[in-house]
Amino acid sequence: MVIGVPRCLFYYRYQTLIRSFFNELDIEYVISDPSNKKILEDGKKIAPDEACFSLKMFLGHVKNLEGKCDYIFIPRIESVKLDEKVCTNFYLLYDLVNNLFDIKILDFNIDEQKRKTEKSAFIQLGLFLGFSYNRVITAYNHAKEKEKKVKNNNILKQTCILNNNCKKVLVAGHPYNIYDEFIGKPLIDTLKKNNIEIVYSDIYDTKNIEEESSIISEEVYWTFNKEILGAIGKYKDNVDGIILVSAFPCGPDSLINELVIRKIKDIPILNIILDEANSDTGLVTRLESFIDIINKESAYE
Amino acid sequence: MNRIISFPHVGDYSYFIKPFLEKVTLEKVKIAPPITKKTVEIGSKLSPDSVCMPFKYNIGCYVEALEEGANILFQFGGGCRYGNYAELQKTILSDLGYEFEFYEFIKKGKTSFNYIYKTFKSINSELTRMTLLKELILVFLKIMIFDKSEHYTRKKIEKDEGEFKKLKYKFINDLCNERNIFKIFKIKHHYKLKRKTIKVKKPKLKVGIIGELYTAMEPFSTFNLENELKKYDISVKRFTDVSYLLFYKKLFHPFFRFKIKDYLKYHIGADATCNVYRLLYLKKKGYDGVIHTKPFGCTPEVGVMPILSKISNEENIPIMFLSFDTQDSDTGMRTRIEAFNDMLLMRKEKKNGK
Repeated sequence: MVIGVPRCLFYYRYQTLIRSFFNELDIEYVISDPSNKKILEDGKKIAPDEACFSLKMFLGHVKNLEGKCDYIFIPRIESVKLDEKVCTNFYLLYDLVNNLFDIKILDFNIDEQKRKTEKSAFIQLGLFLGFSYNRVITAYNHAKEKEKKVKNNNILKQTCILNNNCKKVLVAGHPYNIYDEFIGKPLIDTLKKNNIEIVYSDIYDTKNIEEESSIISEEVYWTFNKEILGAIGKYKDNVDGIILVSAFPCGPDSLINELVIRKIKDIPILNIILDEANSDTGLVTRLESFIDIINKESAYE
Repeated sequence: MNRIISFPHVGDYSYFIKPFLEKVTLEKVKIAPPITKKTVEIGSKLSPDSVCMPFKYNIGCYVEALEEGANILFQFGGGCRYGNYAELQKTILSDLGYEFEFYEFIKKGKTSFNYIYKTFKSINSELTRMTLLKELILVFLKIMIFDKSEHYTRKKIEKDEGEFKKLKYKFINDLCNERNIFKIFKIKHHYKLKRKTIKVKKPKLKVGIIGELYTAMEPFSTFNLENELKKYDISVKRFTDVSYLLFYKKLFHPFFRFKIKDYLKYHIGADATCNVYRLLYLKKKGYDGVIHTKPFGCTPEVGVMPILSKISNEENIPIMFLSFDTQDSDTGMRTRIEAFNDMLLMRKEKKNGK
């Protein structure tokens, strides 16, 4: 049996966990190809016109997996933290795919408000695949440990960058946009080409999230956005500029990014909204002028 | 300093909220100027670009109210993106240099009687729980009676245009000035009889409106879609109103979920789950077509669109998707309604002919 995992949305948040969980249980899995033009075109055909860039890409990835696997792994996420929510698009991934495709889907539901934790979701998944409870729980624990290790490693690496003396920019946005081969890659590449070190908003220890995010917003209840705000609050004094990356038309981002721009005044901020008709030229011009601003700013000091 | 309270419009509900706030806060309440093109212009100028439409309308209302001297503002919305409106709206308005206090009814997507009590207590220190409870019951009762009357008028098409509207404002006026529960029911009965004396035509078509709540409840945001439909002798059924949002939604949600289990396994956010049920319900009740309205980029509604299209294909009921933003021309919408009307009439003829 082969399980397909779309390389989109939730994948970037849970990739270590998913990969090592399946590895521990010796399950064969395929991950869809990195995003490319064809995947986007496929997604655009299926998705409604007004859907956000990332959702279109997601449907393309599911299409890409069609025929390559027996089951497709699509988590349905409502809330990953008590009293907090995620974007409503994550609510309906399961039902959307179920209605639009003729594919068998692995059931997976995270909803902290109803006591359906990440752990219980993974256990349910393992039991469904026919493994014993003990085996599933050890697999989950090992996977979780590994995830922690990777995260700590990344944070350590990022601290090294933060202590460096070169120009640094915080790229703040959802990991599924920043790391995507087609959505965020051109942006990251341009920055790297111009010798800018990148600080990622998702490599962030959420220990003091309440304190660090309240600099910008006290009322935000979208977990993913809150983590970005926390990262901005934590790193903003150590970087030379912030780039807010969002996909068009992102609901939560449209409110939160405006709030960031209005609340943080002492550091250059660039708000980049990526859409599917993007040519790189416009993006590169904007990034280059932003880099010029950063370089000028330190020259004045 | 004079304290004047104001709040953004949603449909005709401002008339009910005004006396309620007056009694609870004992301050002067001013209804924001009616929504016009100017309001929308102000709103869209001050709001972020890709934010959903209700936000822009709200900001426009607030600015106009502040210009008229209001200095205490209320935000009643909650859930979905609404829950996060307040913070950004506060920031935008104070960046403009206005001085005001801002209160929310729903914080972080949650509300309770105690929270509302504390909010009002900070404005009016003499408020007791009993008065608040009494006033809340009174205003909810009035709104429910009003919603029910609206359900009736939406279904009927009067022979002389505008008669229902005239009666509606008289009804609202009488309802809002009355504080005795028995007399409220008397007024309700009186107007019910009056409404029945108005001569009505037989509707040519029956159409249901489903979709997002703000576009459903605020006629200006959809260029008066319901009236536009009535011009074609189409009777309208609309589900979303305040009494639905406050009571029926919670009450019937498990039932809806059960009814649509073939299509949806999980709750998919805001009103989207209900909309799937409503589409099936309208089909069952023999409606000719369905119109789905939403602001541009409304996440759960956009996501549910493919599912609704699928059901519409399978069950053979036409559905039209309209999405609204702060555009200022209604020509596009009128053309689409005209075409939709023609299509439905042709379908009906074909059906009857066979």
